[in-house]
Amino acid sequence: MATDFDVNGGWNYAPSPESTKHIQLKPRYELFIGGAFVPPTANRYFDTINPADESVLTQIAYADETDVDLAVAAARKAYTTVWSGISPKERAKYIYRIARIMQEKARELAIVESLDTGKPIRESRDIDIPLACNYFFYYAGWADKLAYAFPNRTVAPLGVAGQIIPWNFPLLMAAWKIAPALATGNTVVLKPAETTPLTAMLLAEIIQEAQLPAGVVNIITGHGDTGAALVNHPDINKIAFTGSTAVGKLIQQAVAGTSKKLTLELGGKSANIVFEDAAIDQAVEGIINGIFFNQGHVCCAGSRLFVQESVADEVIQKMKDRLASLYVGNPLDKNTDIGAINSKAQYETIQQYIALGKQEGATIYEGPCDLPASGYFIRPTLFTDVAQSSVIAQEEIFGPVLTIQTFRTIDEVIQKANNSPYGLAAGVWTEKGSRIFNLSTQLKAGVIWANTYNKFDPTSPFGGFKESGFGREGGLHGLRGYVELS
Amino acid sequence: MARLEVLKTYKLYIGGQFPRSESGRYYTPLDQAGNPIANVSLSSKKDLKNAVVAARKAFGAWSERAPFNRGQICYRIAEMLEGRKAQFIDELIKQGYDQTQAEAEVHLAIDRCVYYAGWCDKYQQIFSAVNPVASPHINFSTLVPMGVVGVIAPQNNGLIGLISTILPCICGGNSCVVLASEKFPLTAITFAEVLATSDLPAGVVNVLTGSEDELVDGFHSHMDINAVVYANGHTENATMLAKGAAVNVKRLFVYDTDFSDESAENPYLIADLQEVKTTWHPIEQVGGATSSY
Repeated sequence: MATDFDVNGGWNYAPSPESTKHIQLKPRYELFIGGAFVPPTANRYFDTINPADESVLTQIAYADETDVDLAVAAARKAYTTVWSGISPKERAKYIYRIARIMQEKARELAIVESLDTGKPIRESRDIDIPLACNYFFYYAGWADKLAYAFPNRTVAPLGVAGQIIPWNFPLLMAAWKIAPALATGNTVVLKPAETTPLTAMLLAEIIQEAQLPAGVVNIITGHGDTGAALVNHPDINKIAFTGSTAVGKLIQQAVAGTSKKLTLELGGKSANIVFEDAAIDQAVEGIINGIFFNQGHVCCAGSRLFVQESVADEVIQKMKDRLASLYVGNPLDKNTDIGAINSKAQYETIQQYIALGKQEGATIYEGPCDLPASGYFIRPTLFTDVAQSSVIAQEEIFGPVLTIQTFRTIDEVIQKANNSPYGLAAGVWTEKGSRIFNLSTQLKAGVIWANTYNKFDPTSPFGGFKESGFGREGGLHGLRGYVELS
Repeated sequence: MARLEVLKTYKLYIGGQFPRSESGRYYTPLDQAGNPIANVSLSSKKDLKNAVVAARKAFGAWSERAPFNRGQICYRIAEMLEGRKAQFIDELIKQGYDQTQAEAEVHLAIDRCVYYAGWCDKYQQIFSAVNPVASPHINFSTLVPMGVVGVIAPQNNGLIGLISTILPCICGGNSCVVLASEKFPLTAITFAEVLATSDLPAGVVNVLTGSEDELVDGFHSHMDINAVVYANGHTENATMLAKGAAVNVKRLFVYDTDFSDESAENPYLIADLQEVKTTWHPIEQVGGATSSY
């Protein structure tokens, strides 16, 4: 690495780790059921690991069917005896309280999120946590305004919602799920991902501090079987799932023939399209953000890059130059651009895809970054010479791996971009406004980002077409999945 | 020996400062027993003009704040109000309320601030539209704030009328000049102190106390006021405003709502003070790749 300023390599930064001194994790975290922290009936626990150094952070309760039963019963009881009798205005005030306490504890939440997920502190501090707070704040305001969201209809809650969230944005996904469910008057049983349960447990403490009536939110940790027990529980009115398309399909089958409502936010293989008239430097930053944000563990990651042939060489060269200035390493370091891969399992999956890409004949380029000696780290990776039929261009890798294809005409890129079972998001880079709206009309995806990427806001609906799932989260449309209209 | 109470001087709230009336005048509202409550500034037309200057200066930046941020600030107003609840109840009682009435009005006022805080980043989603024009254009209509709003608050209560007319105004990104109830001015000035400590930028809300009959002319004749909300039910003054408003095509809204009713809150009060702006943008028509799957 260069020691002085180097236009190709940037500076060497002195380490600048966020302090963890004021973080006090408990030796073990119990289940949050009926407003109290209770040990799992079978007394089983599992470790949660810091993926950046493979150390054990703390122990987490493993909920089985009996615990799920208790959680659902607590949620049902809270729904029928307390929550449905509370006025919408008071409901709003509870949710505002949660938002405010989260804001007060934002830094603590950010540090714990980075410890548990491996994501850079810069992202957890500036994106995950503030957004999570803002979703609660936004949906709090809807609680007493639902009549305006659904004019000429009577709005009623569904009852008990079972919510299963992924490991890529743990607290943010908890907020996406819990906030609209509470605002519409439902009670909740939330199951965080097994590799990233910590911030959900801190949220449980915040919910307790906010004096939310017991049982309105229950949080049960565990593995896939815990989630399955929740999905199959007969007293659940609604399942909201964010995760892989494979599991989403199983859930859709499992609830078939029941009266359970379902929303699914699943995988993606989103196209990021760069036209020759784009502001190239901006586009390069957007591509980097699109695929390397959160180590590529983003369902809407811009993982398929399409560059117009006339500017392909220039864009690819600039991408390579940019990779040289990315810092891969300690998630708690404020300079870090790319943190640790979330788990050993995911690390191995990504490595398999990288090997497969090479086998398929694509050309690999890895960022010349130093990697830490321990922990799960992968260099930002580009594949060129990728065919539309390559597996790495078809399947979701969920890691810092970008496939690059070229195109000549608008027709061609629309066909290529839409030729996917997924339809979550897409990016368009062009200085021509009329082209943006042509593409946003033609692309089959739930979110289109023009000259930007990976932007989220509580007011903005998010969700996919096709096998990326159904239903929307965020905004006015995000209320729909939690209400019965008559 | 008993401690002597320090009496509060009730002044105006203009541009984030608490000046006395430039005219040096005051009036003395009386309680129900006919005893003087306090000496309150009797605003002049010059004070009104100063307030409009402050409101205009504040408008640009306030209207450009993210709606979410405006929501946070309006919520902060509720938090500050809750913290000073006792003072508001005391002052309402001093102005003639009984304990129960005073408590009820303050609680309603706090909750109403929370209600409108929630609307800041939502009314746009209710009132905006993407218009399906027949030509290849993306066409959408959004609401944008009108600018400086003159508000003449209801006479018949000390807090809820004031809050119910100010909040819809600032929630939508307007700034305003408010003439408080002549009869109940104390809580209006104390509410200004709440605003001053709620991260609300100086000049977004300016509060005057004084005589409606004297100032009403200034509200309709001022060329830099974009809209007037008249919530006081005085027919002659309403008519005078309606006629005078034509001078610069002011938008005039006359409300005869009883804001102390719990249901007297809705987003149409926000939308009233918004202009509808429609944007056309072409959609490129090259390529026939319309895919059917």
